[in-house]
Parts: sequence; C-alpha cells; structure tokens
Amino acid sequence: MMASRKPLALHLGILALLLVLFFVLPAYHVGAFSRIMVLAIYAMGYNLLFGYTGLLSLGHAMFFAAGMYGFGLTTNLTGFSVIPAFASAMLAAGLLALGVGYLALRTAGVAFMIVTLMFAQTVYLIILYFGTYTRGDEGFVVQQAQRQLAGIDLTTETARYFTAFILFSVCFLAMAKLVQMPFGKRLIAIRENEERARMLGYDVANLKLRAMVISGVFSGVAGASYALLFGYVGASFAGVQYSIFPLLWVLLGGAGTTIGPLIGVIFMFYLIDISSGWTNAYMLVAGIVLVLLTLFAPQGIVGTLRKRGVAWLP
Amino acid sequence: MAAVNVLEAKGLTKIYGGVEANVDVDLHLDQGKITALIGPNGAGKSTFVGMISGRIAPTRGTVYFKGRDISQLPAHKRMQLGMAYTFQITSIFPGLSVYDNVALAAGLRLAHDKQAHDAKVHAVLDRIGLDDRADQTAGDLSYGHQRVLEIAMGLAQEPEVFILDEPTQGLSETEVDAFIALMKSIAGETTILLIEHNMRVVAALADHVTVLDQGRVLASGTFAEIHANDAVQAAYLGSTPHA
Ligand SMILES: Nc1ncnc2c1ncn2[C@@H]1O[C@H](COP(=O)(O)OP(=O)(O)O)[C@@H](O)[C@H]1O
Ligand SMILES: [Mg+2]
Repeated sequence: MMASRKPLALHLGILALLLVLFFVLPAYHVGAFSRIMVLAIYAMGYNLLFGYTGLLSLGHAMFFAAGMYGFGLTTNLTGFSVIPAFASAMLAAGLLALGVGYLALRTAGVAFMIVTLMFAQTVYLIILYFGTYTRGDEGFVVQQAQRQLAGIDLTTETARYFTAFILFSVCFLAMAKLVQMPFGKRLIAIRENEERARMLGYDVANLKLRAMVISGVFSGVAGASYALLFGYVGASFAGVQYSIFPLLWVLLGGAGTTIGPLIGVIFMFYLIDISSGWTNAYMLVAGIVLVLLTLFAPQGIVGTLRKRGVAWLP
Repeated sequence: MAAVNVLEAKGLTKIYGGVEANVDVDLHLDQGKITALIGPNGAGKSTFVGMISGRIAPTRGTVYFKGRDISQLPAHKRMQLGMAYTFQITSIFPGLSVYDNVALAAGLRLAHDKQAHDAKVHAVLDRIGLDDRADQTAGDLSYGHQRVLEIAMGLAQEPEVFILDEPTQGLSETEVDAFIALMKSIAGETTILLIEHNMRVVAALADHVTVLDQGRVLASGTFAEIHANDAVQAAYLGSTPHA
C-alpha cells in the first residue's frame, strides 16, 4: 500500500510546483509553461497508445488537429461558447480516433505506422481542401471575444496559465489513475506480450481500440486547448512534424511513465529555446542531444531514473 | 453417472501447404480427468491444442465445449468460457513483476474486487512457491521459474479446462515432482489436457492417454494399455527405451 502513496505524492507535488512556478518565473517562462502544459496533454495522450499499449502511431497530429479545428471552426461558424465548442472538439477527435482505430488496428508494427501516417496526411489535405472554412496553411484566429469563459477573459497571461494548469491537472491525474486501473494494466499486458494477453481471455482488439479513442480524445483536448488559449488554428499543426513531436517528447521523457511526457516536453522546449539563443543551427544542437539521449538513456529521463534505483516511479 | 464430456473435438484437421499436421482427430475430455496427449516431435500435438484453444484456425472440424459448438469463437472468448492454455515456448510478461503476471491472469474474473483479486494472487503464488519472488521482474527469473510462473498464471485463471503444452520441459526433477503433486491437487475440479514427453509424468497423472503420430490418432487408452500397444512402442515409446 505504501507503494501507491508515493506516486500520488509525486503527482500532487508536481502540480504544486507548477502552481508555484507561476509566481516565481519571469513572464516569458510563464508563457512558455502555459504552452508546455498544453503540449504535455498531447504527449500524455500519445503516451497511452505508444508507451503503455505499445502501438507506435505516426499520425497523431490528426487528433490534435481534430480538437483544434473542432474547437476553432465550431466557435467561428456557429458562435458556440467555449464549453460546447470544447465538447464538440473532444467529440470530433474521439470519433476520428474511433474510425481510424477501427481500420488501422487491423495492422500492426510498421504497417500501423504507415497507415496512421497516411490517415494523418489525408486529414491534412482535407484541411487544405476546405480552405474556404479553414483558410488553409495561413490558418485563422479565434477572436478574443470568443475566448471568454464565465466572464473571465482567457487571453490574459494569468488566465491562460491557470486554464492550462487546470486542464493539465485534470488530464494528468485522470491518466495516472487510468494506467493504475485494470484497464491500464491490460494495455501494458498487450505491450509486453499481446498473444499472452489474448490467451488470458482479454479482448485485445477491443482494448486497443479503446486505448486509441482515449489517446485521440486527450490529443484533441490538447488541440482545442491550444486554439482556446493561444487563439490560432492552422494547418501546420496537422503536419507530419506534429505527429513526430509527441513521439520525441515521450521517448525523451520516458515512455510508459506518468510524468515522462511532461518532462519530455519541458526538456525539448528548453533544449530548442536555449540552443537557438547560441546558434542558428539550433536544430543541429537539439538533434545531437536527442541522439545522445537515445544512446545513453534509451528509456528516456524518467525510465532511466526508474532503472537506476528509483523503481517506484510511476 | 456417466462421465461428462467437457470438451470434445470432432474431425479436427489442419493442413499446412502439403503438411498434414492433423487429420480427422477426435478426442474428448472427461470432466475432472487428466488426459495426456503424447507422440513424437512433429506429431501435431501443439497444432491440435492450438485448434482447441482457438489460436490456430482448423482446415476443418468442430470443437464443442460443454456441448456447445465453439468452433467459430475467437481464442479470447474460449478462454472467457473457462479454458486456460500454457504455451510450449514459455510465454509470460517479461517486463512485469511476478505479481503482476499472476494478477493479469486472475484479473479477467476478479479485477472488479480488489481484495479478492489480491488474495487470489497471493494464494496462487504461495501454492506454487513463488510468493517470495512476487516483486521480482518475471523476465529475470530462471527458466524453470518462468515455466512455473506460466503454470501459476493458468491456475489463477481458475479454468474448467486447463491445457498445458509440455509444461515440464526443462524442469528439474524436484520441480517435476512438485508439478505432479500440483496437477493431482487440481484434478477433479479441473479437467486437464496435458501434452507430455516425460513418461514418468504421464504414468503418474494420466487417467487417459491419446497417442498422436503423423497427425493421426494412433492409439487411445489407459497408460498401461498404451504401454502394451505394439504400434505405439514402434512409433514412439520404442524410440526412447524405458524413459
Ligand atoms: N505454422 C506452421 N506452418 C507450417 N507447418 C507447420 C506449422 N506449425 C506446425 N507445422 C508442422 O506441423 C507438424 C506438427 O507440428 P506440431 O503440432 O508443432 O507438432 P508437435 O507439437 O507434436 O511437436 C510438423 O510437421 C510441423 O512442422
Ligand atoms: Mg509441440
């Protein structure tokens, strides 16, 4: 029973730390952390499928985009307020994940990577095709007037930070709970030995589909949060690089760990941020660090700590 | 009362390209009894239990579970009906703890009840002698312990029909003795289909023996009858003199 208290303390400690950061960090970094928390939701969604279930998707940007456009288009075209627009964004991402999962999960391994990549490309092209509504590559702005919730203007730095914080906290604690539940254990079982899981009587296909939908909804929540808090919706978020990012974040932070995704996003954000202050070739610096990390800490930051003695890390 | 057929295979056939792995194999398992399936390597034993458990799709033939035709059911649904299966090549969750391995096996029935679930896992680990290794990573266990763990997982499923594909392969003599004792203790409640090369185990456990050779049933009877059967001697027992 002791074992289950430590992770909870860690999770609450991290949330407390994020709260404190708002008061101690300079404005620039407060803004950075608003973004980091939103992207970490995306990373957590990805982690459920990749880190826990063992399914490597190369197309998660489509779910992020489904949330982003689901939110942005709903507010812009229907004038819905934040809550219903957010709900429709989650629905859009969930339904997309259900459909894509239903088809793509018939494949495995490299085929699954390719099929998800193709679906994401399709979504990207659809966004460009319906340029009348989406404004294509250029994207569109979600007006300040539409980014109000219960009389609070979400465009201020403070409101933005705390909204990101609340959304992150809910997702973070929900995900930590989910992977502790029998459902989460079964996903890990699939990752470890799919045939064994099946021969224990688990409906592997159904579990994978549910993991896909939850992963898609988390990604969609991140996309919708991004549109809500930063006021911009654009096709670049549906591009291939936004499918690769969550993979990198999760690999860096630690796949199949609860805090790895957040750590990975923070690490990569500041890696690029700091190296771009030194040199124009900052992507080269970032690339070298990534290579070194994968060579010397293949389980990511949290995964490596867990292996080096902090075994209880969730 | 006549013996009840828990599981019955009729005309199970599997043809791989030109290889007749199983041809019209009939077999039934009497409730609570131990049936041993023996035969030389390549006889088709693993293929046969693969078709029963749903891992391998038969070319033709029917499988009945308690009178119900389950031929169309996928493997996981058959396991949900009350079957358990241990692989010839050890198949566990290597990255998870011993405890979690058994918990997953018990979880299908018990995950909704945390306390009963935990109690079940400890009871099984205790029974099989792995309780002191509960926190160890399963992949770090010795080969013998991994095989024992897989048997423990089968026990944790509380199956009505327990299918074991060469469970004693690679076990030490003491571990084999423990295995024999374990099977004796669960027979009665559990119907067991055992693929086994070790004749000492077959002699100690089997109520009924079926011999498979080149995909066909060669003989069927008690261990004594099988041992006295000339055809079996020629095909199988003769090749391993008094093993
Ligand atoms: N997937 C497969 N593809 C082709 N041939 C197979 C396959 N699986 C088994 N066989 C063949 O079927 C026969 C029976 O194999 P198997 O059931 O594993 O025998 P046993 O378990 O009795 O040693 C062997 O000749 C084997 O080579
Ligand atoms: Mg075999």
